[in-house]
Amino acid sequence: MSPHVPSVPALVVDNLRKTYANGVEALKGVSLTVQPGDFFALLGPNGAGKSTLIGILSSLVNSTGGDAQVFGVSVNKQRNEAMKLIGLVPQEINFNQFEKPFDICVNEAGFYGIPRRIAAVRAEKYLKELRLWDKAQHQARMLSGGMKRRLMIARAMMNEPKLLILDEPTAGVDIEIRRSMWQFVSGINAAGTTVILTTHYLEEAEQLCRNIAIIDHGTIVENTTMKQLLATLDVETFVLDAARVPAELPALPGVSLRRVDEHTLEAEMARSHDLNSLFAALSAHGITVTSMRNKTNRLEELFVRLVENGRSEPARGGQEKVA
Amino acid sequence: MSNAAANLVALNTIVRREIVRIMRIWTQTLIPPAITMTLYFVIFGKLIGSRIGTIEGGFSYMQYIVPGLVMMSIITNSYGNISSSFFGAKFSRAVEEMLVSPMPNWVILLGYVTGAVTRGLVVGVLVLVIALFFTHLQVVHPLITFASVLLGATIFSLAGFVNAVYAKKFDDIALVPTFVLTPLTYLGGVFYSVNMLAEPWQALSRINPILYMVNAFRFGVLGVSDVHVGWAFAVMLGFVVALSVVALQLLKRGVGLRS
Repeated sequence: MSPHVPSVPALVVDNLRKTYANGVEALKGVSLTVQPGDFFALLGPNGAGKSTLIGILSSLVNSTGGDAQVFGVSVNKQRNEAMKLIGLVPQEINFNQFEKPFDICVNEAGFYGIPRRIAAVRAEKYLKELRLWDKAQHQARMLSGGMKRRLMIARAMMNEPKLLILDEPTAGVDIEIRRSMWQFVSGINAAGTTVILTTHYLEEAEQLCRNIAIIDHGTIVENTTMKQLLATLDVETFVLDAARVPAELPALPGVSLRRVDEHTLEAEMARSHDLNSLFAALSAHGITVTSMRNKTNRLEELFVRLVENGRSEPARGGQEKVA
Repeated sequence: MSNAAANLVALNTIVRREIVRIMRIWTQTLIPPAITMTLYFVIFGKLIGSRIGTIEGGFSYMQYIVPGLVMMSIITNSYGNISSSFFGAKFSRAVEEMLVSPMPNWVILLGYVTGAVTRGLVVGVLVLVIALFFTHLQVVHPLITFASVLLGATIFSLAGFVNAVYAKKFDDIALVPTFVLTPLTYLGGVFYSVNMLAEPWQALSRINPILYMVNAFRFGVLGVSDVHVGWAFAVMLGFVVALSVVALQLLKRGVGLRS
């Protein structure tokens, strides 16, 4: 983040509520703040309220209570001004598939009042950066899934927003393209654009985001820095590949071992437990470890724990306090 | 950039996109009405019309029905353009591009209406040119002719927009043209003078808005009308205002567009 932090937050969500016509209460008074220049993860299981929250921020969903301010501009009271500051990459493909990527980008800029001459330059810039320039004059329906997702990012950049909201931008995209998208968005963020990311790829959030909010059943169940959240994880599970894993595993103090197959075992242990003593103990029992890795993504483990806790007890932590 | 300049750019963008769409699918947007109207001219104008003789003001039946058929083409094409284009944008969710932008609602409405009116006018000119192969016409009041065409196309563009906003599936945008627009057009004095009808049909015909559009246009081209032309323009302007208010309210409330 830039050392100079402007006083106006990039986003203030204040007690935002949404009850749909069918009675479903999607947001139960959500509050959170995102600082300028932040790369912010908004995570939650399906149906948690992420898309409703993003819908309200982008004015596609009408809230039933509360307000949100984008760089101090109210989404409810000054919608048009607020929208000038936002770029949205939605979850679903939402462009005319019969139009060409170049036209889609230039038209998008036009909707923001950006003259065609400037829009054409920007379209070329972003389509090139997202490796779509060679497809710029093809019908959008001819693009692959990954290309369509990148096109939506290019389109969202046409008004050069101060706040870029990415709603599951990498869903169904292969790892190579996903990484190139991360690279692009990281570059945008490094250049000063505040980014809010929702994703089901928790590894993505862990790598990219500095702050995080987890939402479940319309309530924020955690809102903290990524570092602090990961620090709360006290147990880790390692998958160890070994030359040979005996049928009977030794009992090691502070470590729970489980045999997966004759060449693999899992070791669950406190994060404070040192690995050297584990290796020494295994070696002493004739188990030679050839390689190891984390069983699960750390954030994934925390995410599941927080969401499960949230379902069994009232909301805790974060800025959110539900009345 | 000022808001007015930004709105103008946004308006141009929608209109340009609509015109590109019309031209891209010209075999669906421009050719069918030309073929349909040619058949009308051949069958009703030439074959049947020659046996009818003169009608209202000494015009041949062919001359009499040309203004009505031109207006019918304008109305149906303006309506069809906006309802299919806007509903298509809703269906594909491409409408969200506009809904998340800072563009005011009136710009969205005006952009789509301008696109639909443009198609109506292009089709109207095409049909008029085809009509000249069958009969000769002299436009008596050019300004009234143009104003009636513009208002007629605007009214049905606005009506098509309202239809598209409410529509949930493609069938819904076909229902109104089939069950409302076509009957009203046929009963709106396109093929006959309402003075030929007995009561109560004559009185009932006068609550049909299309009657006023057809007759205002016919007055512009031929100089004859079943209704007072001033009254016809008042009715048309009333419809433009009422439908604009309805369409803008629907956009403001986000009916069918925002959750």
